[in-house]
Amino acid sequence: MRLRSLTRHLGVALVAFVVATACGASSGGGTANCDAKSAKSAADCGGMDALVAAAKKEGTLNVIALPPDWANYGAVIDGFKAKYGLKVNSANPNGSSQEEVDAIKQLSGTDRAPDVVDVGMKVALANTSLFAPYKVAGWADILDGQKEATGVWVQDYGGFMGIGYDSTKVPEIKSVQDLLGSQFKSKVALAGDPTKSNQALNGVILASVANGGSLDDVSKGVDFFHQLKLKGNYVPIIGTAATVKAGTTPVLFEWDYLSTSHGKDVATWKIFVPQNATIGGYYAQAINKDAPHPAAARLWEEYLYSNDGQNLWLKGGARPVRQAAMEKSGKIDATAAAALPKITGTPQFPTQDQQTKAGDYVGAHWSQATS
Amino acid sequence: MFRVVVLVVMGGFFLVPIGAMFEFSTRGNSVTAPRNLDAWQNIVKTPDLTDAITASLELAAITTVAMLVLLLPTMVWVRLRFQGLSRVVEFVCLIPLTVPAIALVVGMVPIYRWLNINFSSSILTLSFAYLVLVLPYSYRALDAGLSAIDLKTLSEAARSLGAGWRTVMLRIVVPNMSTAILNASLLSVALVLGEFTFANLLAYENLQVAIAYVGLVDAGTSIAVAVASLLFAFILLMILSYFGRRQAPLAKAEEADFQLGQTIGLSGGLIGRGR
Amino acid sequence: MTAAGTAAVTAAGRPIAGSRRLSLSWVGLVPFFIYVALFLFLPTVILLAGSLADKDGNFTLSNLTTIAEPYLVKSFAASMEISAVSALVGAVAGALLAYAVATGNPRGLLRRAVTSAAGVLAQFGGVTLAFAFIATVGVTGFVYEFVRDRGVDLYANGVWLYELPGLTLIYTYFQIPLMVIVFLPAVDGIRPQWREATESLGGGTWHYWRYVAGPLLAPSFLGCALLLFANAFSAYATAAALITQGGLIVPLQIANLLTSETGRAQPGLAKALALAMIVVVLLVMALYTVLQRRTSNWLR
Repeated sequence: MRLRSLTRHLGVALVAFVVATACGASSGGGTANCDAKSAKSAADCGGMDALVAAAKKEGTLNVIALPPDWANYGAVIDGFKAKYGLKVNSANPNGSSQEEVDAIKQLSGTDRAPDVVDVGMKVALANTSLFAPYKVAGWADILDGQKEATGVWVQDYGGFMGIGYDSTKVPEIKSVQDLLGSQFKSKVALAGDPTKSNQALNGVILASVANGGSLDDVSKGVDFFHQLKLKGNYVPIIGTAATVKAGTTPVLFEWDYLSTSHGKDVATWKIFVPQNATIGGYYAQAINKDAPHPAAARLWEEYLYSNDGQNLWLKGGARPVRQAAMEKSGKIDATAAAALPKITGTPQFPTQDQQTKAGDYVGAHWSQATS
Repeated sequence: MFRVVVLVVMGGFFLVPIGAMFEFSTRGNSVTAPRNLDAWQNIVKTPDLTDAITASLELAAITTVAMLVLLLPTMVWVRLRFQGLSRVVEFVCLIPLTVPAIALVVGMVPIYRWLNINFSSSILTLSFAYLVLVLPYSYRALDAGLSAIDLKTLSEAARSLGAGWRTVMLRIVVPNMSTAILNASLLSVALVLGEFTFANLLAYENLQVAIAYVGLVDAGTSIAVAVASLLFAFILLMILSYFGRRQAPLAKAEEADFQLGQTIGLSGGLIGRGR
Repeated sequence: MTAAGTAAVTAAGRPIAGSRRLSLSWVGLVPFFIYVALFLFLPTVILLAGSLADKDGNFTLSNLTTIAEPYLVKSFAASMEISAVSALVGAVAGALLAYAVATGNPRGLLRRAVTSAAGVLAQFGGVTLAFAFIATVGVTGFVYEFVRDRGVDLYANGVWLYELPGLTLIYTYFQIPLMVIVFLPAVDGIRPQWREATESLGGGTWHYWRYVAGPLLAPSFLGCALLLFANAFSAYATAAALITQGGLIVPLQIANLLTSETGRAQPGLAKALALAMIVVVLLVMALYTVLQRRTSNWLR
């Protein structure tokens, strides 16, 4: 009697505990008229209007690793919200490409999982099994080399790698080797961990090419950072807009479009793109195969590749992937295009194989080089 | 003289960073801009932060209640029926002290993956893990309280008068242990609010993780939140120290203080918990 | 209680006569042990099993031998160094502070303020502490700019805040209050009569400390220092918030392995590192327990 009552009470308490934790979970996206999950284009969904309706029914979009000042993503998200009235959950704004894909894996099956990701080429190529094929309206405007044949990943915008620096804190940088000088003590940073972040990986590639390596050989870049570490010039913090503003990372390997936005925070911010190492890189969009909000995800892609979306990125200093087609059709934002950062050297774009190889090498050797 | 020097030097060392945090969080946008409370206002304006604060408070509440529901009846039961097992229970409850959080979380990742898929992906599932982290401190606090009352006599007296177990727990044990229960609860709340490691590596955004993320974006706001959470913890522990002196008689109070001192100390030295 | 009453009580304590009583009583303990098994023992087993398995699940010792790689050894050495230095500084400074407080009025405001503050500050760690120090001695910190404007550049030889020295300094911030809290009971246990006895026998301060209070406090002091060591060794959040890139100390290496692609190639390595950490802390805590037992004998 007494024992039964005790177990009953414990059981009730346990159930209450369980219910309380489960109450946090909400139900997933609703069903739509179009089967968004398997739609390979807007037509599959019954047209743009049907896609918009389906997305509005879902009501939410989960994005990840999109800092507001990165290629003007803040305005892009706001524009999307204003146009379609959807709620946008932006998780882990300073996350790396690897972390985006990790979130897909770790949160798969839940409604917190990212719907779409914007990742570097190496991570995109390595994780195609996680993505869903989709062809946006402007599919034909994108070069074949910049998209996967079925649309599992599609490049979205790009820029060139450079070294941003605060000209009041360090002398003018004329070559990458200058960074080994004594005036750069504890000043040089990467914008992420190269084993996870595409931007940081390309920074290492830049260092490699500028130090006698090549797109096929990133070992010179890893060695260079090892030297920086030994000299005490490398500061082990991730460079972000906040650290640039605070002055903790006065020299930062970053994309040229980011240095434009950093220039707003630090008036004396300049960027140096080596003539002998002009490394270009594009990011790629991909839709999570098991996106909790499949219609919203596809609508987001349509928005990003529309003239509006592409022009917003252009305003952020990045080169949108449909730039050539938009220039031809006259839909490009001419002032923004004219304000793009200038480059003088011959652009080099690492191929997919080169990206993968570089990523693997860095992954295997980075910890040893900079620990 | 010696005392004065030590106290002044230490006082300076500890108060300066806190003062610096206040100073930093009230800075204007540029070197010449006037001081303002923008960073503090941002705390409520940033949805990530407010969501994380809510989540952490909910986690604290759930963990504390669950801890009391799981631990108190078990400890009472062990004291009354299985004295031999008290050593075992004590040992088990102290294990989380010796396992660094960063190590424990590595083993928890697969469990949480399973939980997320089959049960719930809500941040509130973190309370399962937090309960384990809270065990040592709550155990010590509750044990001190149980030692101070004569549990056997009280429970036997109550049962001989016809009370069921629920009445014994709710109307006899709990009121006599209110200080210990309050101590255990406040320690548990403080732990959950300060916890970073588990949330960060299991990909949840609780208060501390949110502060870290905001820190990458806007240093001023993150420091304002840090100061706010510090003040909150301070007030909590002031309440704790005030109530801790009230009920038990003097000699027992010192004994309880010693135990509690160890507990708070160990909680402060939460081996890798919030740290 | 009357004899009949006692009999009634003991009878009421047995719901069912015979051996079935024991097995049903066990049920009351089941929730606790199941819970602990799932969330405490299971993760530890996962660690153990995982560190001995490779990516495909076959038995291997390669994860454990990888720990001997130079960069990981370096991280272990850094962890040990930070823990030892911050424990030492914390122990000495904390002991001095505890002594200063203990010799005062036991009911006084000072003591209550210091112990409350110590309780709060020992809690003050992780992310908030890292930011506090960035605000203090960071590149735009108050103290750094203050002394720089007066001609002293703390970072003339590089920003040490994000290296070993900086982390050690930050760790002492919570080590000292922790020492105060755990060492204060021992200092309280010193009776003034011992001092008087020493003096009445002709001894001075030196004799008192060398032959009386010192040896009595030594086990507790060492034990508390060990606790501080274990505390610093296991700390993760502070370093993670401060040093966002790289693996200066072992917890950071573990976090990197959990979140980067390198970790996916070697899933057992994170587990092996975690296991190594547990072993170190276990040893330290075992020593601590032994020393505390010796102290508590005469303290009560």
